[in-house]
Amino acid sequence: MVSIKQDIRIGFYVCHCGHNIASMVDCPEVASYVEKLPGVVLSRDYKYMCSDPGQELIQKDIKEFDLNRVVVASCSPLLHEHTFRTAVAAGGLNPFFFHMVNIREHDSWVHTDRKEATAKAKALARAAIRRVAHHKALEVKQVPVNPDVLVVGGGIAGIHAALTLANAGKKVYLVEREPSIGGHMAKFDKTFPTLDCAACILTPKMSSVGAHENITLWSYSEVVKMDGYVGNYTVMVKRKARFINEDLCTGCQECVANCIYKEPKFTDEFNEGLGKRKPVYIPFPQATPQVVLIDPDVCLNFKRGVLTDKCKKTCVEACGDRKAIDFKQKEQFTEIKVGTIIVATGFQTFDAKRVLPYGYGVYPNVYTAMEVERLVNASGPTSGEVILRDGRQPKAIGIIHCVGSRDKKTNRWCSRVCCMYSMKLAHLLKEHTGAEIYNFYIDIRAPGKGYEEFYDKLNEEGVHFVRGRVGEVTDWGMTPEEEGKLVIRVEDTLAGFVRRIPVDMVVLATGLEPQADAQDVRRLFNMSCGTEGFFLERHPKLAPVNTFTDGIFIAGCCQGPRDIPDTVAQAGAAAAEAMVLIDKGHVEQEPNTAYVLPDCCGCKSCLPLCPYTAITFDEATKKAVINEALCKGCGTCVSSCPSGSIAQNLFEDEEVFSEIEGVLAD
Amino acid sequence: MKYSYFPGCSLKGLGRAYEESLLPVMKHLGVELQELDDWNCCGATAYMAVDEVKACVLAARNLALAEKSGLNQVMAPCAACYLVLNKAKHYFHDYPAMKATMDRALNAVGLHYSGDTPVRHPLDILLNDVGLEAIKQKVEKPLKGLKVATYYGCQIVRPYATFDDQYNPTTMDRLMEALGATLVHYPLKTKCCGGSLTGTLPEAGIRLVYILLNEAKKRGADCIATVCPLCQFNLDGYHSQLKAQYGDVLVPTVYFTQLMGLAFGLSDKELGLNRAAVPFKWRPPLPAAATPVPA
Amino acid sequence: MVKSMTTPPAAKQETVPTRSSDRPNVQRPGEESVPVMKLRPTIKYEADRVRGFGREIISVPGCEQLESCIQCGTCSGVCPLSIYMDHTPRQVMALARADFKNEVLRSRTIWLCASCYACTVECPQEIRITDIMYELKQRAIREGIFPKRFPIPILAYDFSEMVKKNGRITEMILVIKLFMKTSWLAALGNWRLGIDLIKTGRFSLVTEKIKHHGDIARMMDAVDDQKGS
Repeated sequence: MVSIKQDIRIGFYVCHCGHNIASMVDCPEVASYVEKLPGVVLSRDYKYMCSDPGQELIQKDIKEFDLNRVVVASCSPLLHEHTFRTAVAAGGLNPFFFHMVNIREHDSWVHTDRKEATAKAKALARAAIRRVAHHKALEVKQVPVNPDVLVVGGGIAGIHAALTLANAGKKVYLVEREPSIGGHMAKFDKTFPTLDCAACILTPKMSSVGAHENITLWSYSEVVKMDGYVGNYTVMVKRKARFINEDLCTGCQECVANCIYKEPKFTDEFNEGLGKRKPVYIPFPQATPQVVLIDPDVCLNFKRGVLTDKCKKTCVEACGDRKAIDFKQKEQFTEIKVGTIIVATGFQTFDAKRVLPYGYGVYPNVYTAMEVERLVNASGPTSGEVILRDGRQPKAIGIIHCVGSRDKKTNRWCSRVCCMYSMKLAHLLKEHTGAEIYNFYIDIRAPGKGYEEFYDKLNEEGVHFVRGRVGEVTDWGMTPEEEGKLVIRVEDTLAGFVRRIPVDMVVLATGLEPQADAQDVRRLFNMSCGTEGFFLERHPKLAPVNTFTDGIFIAGCCQGPRDIPDTVAQAGAAAAEAMVLIDKGHVEQEPNTAYVLPDCCGCKSCLPLCPYTAITFDEATKKAVINEALCKGCGTCVSSCPSGSIAQNLFEDEEVFSEIEGVLAD
Repeated sequence: MKYSYFPGCSLKGLGRAYEESLLPVMKHLGVELQELDDWNCCGATAYMAVDEVKACVLAARNLALAEKSGLNQVMAPCAACYLVLNKAKHYFHDYPAMKATMDRALNAVGLHYSGDTPVRHPLDILLNDVGLEAIKQKVEKPLKGLKVATYYGCQIVRPYATFDDQYNPTTMDRLMEALGATLVHYPLKTKCCGGSLTGTLPEAGIRLVYILLNEAKKRGADCIATVCPLCQFNLDGYHSQLKAQYGDVLVPTVYFTQLMGLAFGLSDKELGLNRAAVPFKWRPPLPAAATPVPA
Repeated sequence: MVKSMTTPPAAKQETVPTRSSDRPNVQRPGEESVPVMKLRPTIKYEADRVRGFGREIISVPGCEQLESCIQCGTCSGVCPLSIYMDHTPRQVMALARADFKNEVLRSRTIWLCASCYACTVECPQEIRITDIMYELKQRAIREGIFPKRFPIPILAYDFSEMVKKNGRITEMILVIKLFMKTSWLAALGNWRLGIDLIKTGRFSLVTEKIKHHGDIARMMDAVDDQKGS
């Protein structure tokens, strides 16, 4: 017979859970068995413990019978531990004097023999009774939350999240690594299915961001370090050198007009390499901030990025009194403190060169979808005229869906937006050129609002939809009409034969994938990612914008490919989640944290093991120190400490061993 | 450099010009070849169509014999043999059931295969073991002015692309350039020639041959360089049928080893140049100086 | 299991399915006695399926990915011979997976496949289509499902027999045997090729044989024993 401290008074409840437990476990028998165990003052069985009457029963019993420990044997703690802890607390007892036993998922649901199931329930109950006697009173920790927010990424997701928070009165830092915010959306011509001009709907939001008193916009900047824990993040931001003083530049672009290079000569990244720019440039006309920048790799005043000061500097002359150009500008590092972070770093497009049979980079008239967006854009390199690289105007265009997507050799997933944007491009190209357009697809994915109707519209416009994944794009012809063209060979699976279709232009609907540095970024922010490399949400259905790190949220395509409506919705959701923390003002932490005992010898074995970097070494005391706020109670350090000098709340040695003894007794 | 040499049935038969040009060229470069003693047919595509397991066992016998000979690398010039031997090796490693059968069958004749012996193509050995520099040194009559369309065919690039790119292989291209020849941009370099279909289903097979020859002719190639005896046979042997159906599309088709031999200054007879149905009459111009001119 | 035979399994009397453009029931100008619109229903009932056939193919090592076919059509798109096939490679995959064994083994496709592997390297689901074609060829040969005097399976079979016996093949003997069994006319039609081969010294009728040619038969027997046990 095991002895228990005299003053322990345990109340035990076994739940029927309707039929879920009672059908396999004899609950009254368990209750009467437990009643006889030492330390148990009362033992009841009840139909639904989680119901209001059930909870009230606990509260009544605590008061009436002066209970100081409560055990409930029912379902999984994941479901109702919080419910019962709250009930116990309402009954006037410290909630951590409560212990929950799972006799549903761990017992009744996995047994087919009633006798065995009941015996197991008894054993589990016995273990819990012995354990709970060792429970200590613990307090839920409260950590204050800094009300400022950091939004990483200035695409439509970051912009929307920042505006939502700023409009709610929160102070937001928006950090964007490109010289202007706007992201990929700024490059689009029109958006599907409404064919709204992308710039027209985006630029008002961009201006709001630029003008908002609550938003500190740091463009051409990157986060380089992040420390801290929910509510208290310390972030180091690198402000890259534009060689322009942002506060003094008015965006007049006189410097660009007067640059020593009379003609633009260098690859224009914004225009996907289709156009040229000068060393001093503004990425696009509506850039926010409306400030130019200088590229030290091609500017004559630099050699290989190092200032030589050899150029005549006609730009400085043209800038005149504004004196905004500063060749001596260096990159700066600024530290900020925020309580929550929203990561909205977006996507990159699949590199079409990786699919060799389609000839991108080999045949000049094979384009990616992004390049075509710039081509049809009125503010693009050809002012919206669809003129091919060899100067021709296309009479027939082939648009190939699923480039890089739905392919085990490249990206396994469907990129979700390509069918729709391929249709959009088909419409725009037809409008601009009047050419014969062929869309080659495997499936048409048009799930959103107005999307199927858009597909109808395209069919009505006479765009040819051929169901077949293109085998190859070649430049050799079998008939006179194929000479000098790009020939697409494909099986028209619906019509039932293989076709050769000569076109002048091929557009590749490249898929979406994680940014090239996504792995570095996610490690910076302590986030997980899925097998494809997109950032991992806490729960795919119920927590799509939370990550496994409290206080850090994700929004937009960095989490997975999605269209603009979904991105904006997610951005709003992430802002709301951040606001929950900010408005509450504090976070509560489960006290199942580990703590270092005084006999720590300072061997430092635990430091590198913590997945949450919660352990540091105190040079003064020469002992390890665990930050309670960061500790998630995983137990790694506890089990690995060579001298057993780390213990864990709610999993103390006596608690665990008594539970084991309880199960094995009898 | 010594390799176990696996000629295959074709190099002793219809493709004998390949062997005839390969051996002196290799000798000239100091590469020693020892013909695998008592090698058997690799099975090619035909045996695979009858029984895959037996086909692998057939191939495995050669690999086991190679290991027995003590030479640790096999050179298989014929593209089909190259593919089949590599396939057997892959199956040996990937499918335990297959491995067990292969072991058992080899055991029955007192042989053993470890699974390690690499099977390599002459292009691989030439570019990676011998090196283009060493080859350039031996060029006495650069193939100046010869426009070559390099044709790799299917089997050395698909499905196993070990020493070269699957879609745009360049080993032979670089070799030709080292010999001083001019490359013709030939996008059909890995398109199927029809294989055995030219004989069994001519309507289908001959058309594929026509496509290859037509494009080479359109792009101004003086000749097509091949690595596979069946490709060479197909591109070379059906000129009368082609002429009847499609008109004149003759382009001489040679083995890359024959071009190498010409560049090295070896004689026509040594290189089996008289074996082709469509004669290849171009010969490299004599260099201005007597000393060898590296390309 | 085909153990040892001196002749290939008897070819069943099957008509090779015709191409869609050779419909016999279409009246051509000048023809009088052809009935107008001869109807032939193409519906397939569940009884037409050979249940388990798809699973059988999928369970062959190397053919597992057939399960994942999304019917994109890339294989047919790159296949140089798909334009002659009654069922394109994609269709054959669908038919095989749906258990339509008879349609698959009786199709021209499996014989037209030149095993160039273009389909296998392009397939987005990494299905080894060429190896599945080989598997289907083997089954058709085993069950004797091919038109009488059809050269491809006869060639494959004779090839394997020659190797089993001699360890090597003698190309000219094989080809001549093939023509004798299938079509004399075709042999005669190739007379120019024959002359070319003689002129260039490639016409050899000397049987190539290896020293230990008995090894081959012994190895094949060992394979059969294992399968049987």
